[in-house]
Amino acid sequence: MSNLLQQLNGELSAVVDTARRSLVKVGNGRNGAGAGVVWQPGGIILTNAHVVRQGSISVTLPDEQKYPAKILAYDEARDLAALSIEAPGLEPLAVGDSAALQPGELVLALGHPWGVAGAVSAGPVIDVGPAPEMARPDRIFIQAGLQLRPGHSGGPLVDVQGRLVGINTMITGPEVGLAIPITVVKEFLIKVN
Amino acid sequence: MSTILQNLSNDLAGIVKSAEPSLVRVEARRRLPATGMVWSADGVIVTAHHVVEREDNLKIGLADGQTVSATLVGRDPTTDLAVLRSEAKDLTPPAWAAFDAQGPQVGHLVLALGRPGQSAQATLGIISALGDQWRTPGGSQLDHYVQTDVVMYPGFSGGPLVNAAGEIIGLNTSALLRGISLTIPNPNIRQVVETLLAHGQIKRGYLGISTQPVRLPEALRQQLNQETGLLLAGVEPGSPAEKGGLLLGDTIVAVENEPIRQHDDLLAALSGDRVGQTVSIQVVRGGQLQNLAVTVGERS
Repeated sequence: MSNLLQQLNGELSAVVDTARRSLVKVGNGRNGAGAGVVWQPGGIILTNAHVVRQGSISVTLPDEQKYPAKILAYDEARDLAALSIEAPGLEPLAVGDSAALQPGELVLALGHPWGVAGAVSAGPVIDVGPAPEMARPDRIFIQAGLQLRPGHSGGPLVDVQGRLVGINTMITGPEVGLAIPITVVKEFLIKVN
Repeated sequence: MSTILQNLSNDLAGIVKSAEPSLVRVEARRRLPATGMVWSADGVIVTAHHVVEREDNLKIGLADGQTVSATLVGRDPTTDLAVLRSEAKDLTPPAWAAFDAQGPQVGHLVLALGRPGQSAQATLGIISALGDQWRTPGGSQLDHYVQTDVVMYPGFSGGPLVNAAGEIIGLNTSALLRGISLTIPNPNIRQVVETLLAHGQIKRGYLGISTQPVRLPEALRQQLNQETGLLLAGVEPGSPAEKGGLLLGDTIVAVENEPIRQHDDLLAALSGDRVGQTVSIQVVRGGQLQNLAVTVGERS
């Protein structure tokens, strides 16, 4: 007989397993790289602009196959980039609604912090809005009570149903993570088209 | 299908929603505003002392988006609490948690809430440590020691710690112990708020002396296992100290068997609950240890 916490852990693992199938590594030909998430089965990968600012870009899928990537779109201000690769069997994540996130709700961040592949952190949504004490008050973030580290950048932030709600992007303070909301990602992708 | 995870997440967001009407923004310092809680429907707000940096032009941001003026009723640095009276009416006080057998336990999930901006914000953690009575560095006796691992996001001081039932365990402060998230338990909030509403200040013990720390002679250092004591540089005529027999030149080394090494130790020993009590004060007089019985007065 498993208790509630054990059932909870089982459900968390299931969400993580699903999300990991869409989590990729984004390399730039140098040491240290970031993460990305499959957006379309046709080969579109989302990541942070700062991950692909320089170098020759590659994408490594969960099966460890590595593909060269082209930059389809790049937006320094939103810190977003869309990459294209020619690879079979890509699994995009279901897309959630970042505007519907409520403070207290749980979210999970996936990435490769300090190079640890496929690592997961979980925490509550603190707020969705401008982050305090940031230079750009017009930028909206999902602020979450979880740790983001180098290597998380560009990876997916998912809700408890495993739906993509944001792109992990930076650290403020020791334990608060910021992610670009999926609403902003959509604005970015509309501009591309 | 994630049912428990989804339900848990929904419940957490629901707790924020249920406590949110009592959560206010406190604009009383130059940088980021902080958080406070509605104490009573007639406009009384409780917040953290250290976020109230000015005493005029105080503003309270209410859950309905209104901003109203407020005045400072009083503050107690020793518990890091301050009470404001806002011009708002018909406010919604929160439900307060009981400290009984069903009360907080180490390991319980708790939320810390804040409203430094327009909207309510939340962080999540567990109760890391619970203890019985604890004396704050400023000398106040708290009924419970409550430590959590919740992240105190900027502007969260003065905000509530909320249990799984949506009840308020106490007010969070990051200022009483550096680097540790502590919660002032609600029984002590009640005492402080009621005292501040009635008197505008907190009762503090009073002896009527001026002191300076001095190094003790070698033999006494070893005997007492303490380096310093407080030398009496002045004793006010008619004061509790004089009535109790303290003399200029005595060196206080202990009160009620608690060592007195520096001024803060004496402040801590003269908390409000000692007013009217007769305490044993150990002094060095003529190289000898001596105990005196002194009835603590009240600082006016």
